[in-house]
Amino acid sequence: MKGNSFYARKIHSLLGVIPLGLFIIEHALTNYSAFEHGKEGFVDSVKGLHGLPLIFFLELFVIWLPILFHGVYGLYLAFTSNYNTGRYSYGRNWAFALQRITGVITFVFVAWHIWQTRVQVALGNTTNEEIGQHMHNIVTQPVYFTIYFIAVLAAVFHFANGLWAFLVAWGITVGPRAQRVSSKICMGIFAIVSVLFLLSLFAFRSDEFAAAQTAVVGLLG
Amino acid sequence: MADTATATAKRTVKFIIKRQEKPDAAPYTEEFEIPYRPNMNVISALMEIQRNPVKADGAKTTPVVWESNCLEEVCGACSMVINGKPRQACSALIDKLEQPVRVEPMSTFPVVRDLVINRERMFNALKKVKAWIPIDGTYDLGPGPRMAETKRQWAYELSKCMTCGVCLEACPNVNDRSSFIGPAPISQVRLFNAHPTGEMNAHERLEALMEDESGIEGCGNSQNCVRSCPKGIPLTTSIAAINRDTTKHMFKRWLSF
Repeated sequence: MKGNSFYARKIHSLLGVIPLGLFIIEHALTNYSAFEHGKEGFVDSVKGLHGLPLIFFLELFVIWLPILFHGVYGLYLAFTSNYNTGRYSYGRNWAFALQRITGVITFVFVAWHIWQTRVQVALGNTTNEEIGQHMHNIVTQPVYFTIYFIAVLAAVFHFANGLWAFLVAWGITVGPRAQRVSSKICMGIFAIVSVLFLLSLFAFRSDEFAAAQTAVVGLLG
Repeated sequence: MADTATATAKRTVKFIIKRQEKPDAAPYTEEFEIPYRPNMNVISALMEIQRNPVKADGAKTTPVVWESNCLEEVCGACSMVINGKPRQACSALIDKLEQPVRVEPMSTFPVVRDLVINRERMFNALKKVKAWIPIDGTYDLGPGPRMAETKRQWAYELSKCMTCGVCLEACPNVNDRSSFIGPAPISQVRLFNAHPTGEMNAHERLEALMEDESGIEGCGNSQNCVRSCPKGIPLTTSIAAINRDTTKHMFKRWLSF
């Protein structure tokens, strides 16, 4: 590949934090409302989000296009790296390898997750109001639950460790002490955001979210 | 006394060496068992193989070819992979190595023959980033500005780089699928940009790291380089510092047009 990759890499790094990092936090908080306030709270959060003005353009420019660029360019970066944790089993080298592995997992998962949720809403197979029941039906299946469990951890690690790398790549954390402190903060972010997502996954499994579905089944039956 | 001599003579050191006839030939390994002598290093063991090129099984072979110069870990010529880690053969003491000692060329670089590699890409990188201070002219420019002692102290650490190639060998992003310039030349940009006279051309070195696809952005922060550098150069600090400088330079250029 010939050309300038400095700007491509800088854009890739920036998009990972703004907007994608912010989006993943927003997503964790919205989902967490399912744990904190139950079904009502979750439906309100989703309604609030989808009531934002210019929602289509917000989704397009803040979520879809950044994910597309960050994901496709990221796959290329993962392909151009060697993996030598066997020879150099240092923590940072493991983080380097995991950053690329979790990136690929996240990319595949996000494509599938968008298909399973946003695209189904667009196709009219479910609605924003019923997305909670829709998730309940998905995560009550052990295979899907396992996939979500692993993929959520992978995605959040990729975000948290990517934030650490962002701080280095933009020259914000320069010395070893700054980088050590920032890695502790980023792993703290990994723990907190992971817990938010996992609690909401468990919340979606509760019977409360099954209600409407049984109602529908009842109607059909 | 005689007993000690016999005991020493009986002790041997086993070597497994990865060899290669010529640049495009397939590599193969050969085993050697050579007599132990006190205070041996990998170079003196290779010299012993050169004197008596006989494999462990008794068959004759060609002497193993290697490069070395200073024998005190300052020239970088004898870098090779010893027991899985790239380092200088001259400072690799047999008494401190696990046996059999596995010796391989640093395969990030083109192999010329056996343990001899071509480190030309490192010297090309230094040319690319202009790792020098331009003072030549048609008349005497006079003395340059003074360098602060505090700055000189950390800059001196960066000047210990001997272009040995160990950091490139350890880096997972220096490979044939990527054109990343590697840690060493980035640290040299920091060194020459820190110099009060070198600083006058700082933008040229930064731009060399920004302007095509083999620049500083190839760093993926595995930080193997700083762990591997035989001279203890703070390579990752240099990379992050130059990340800061190139980022600033990027904004400065955008906003000046």
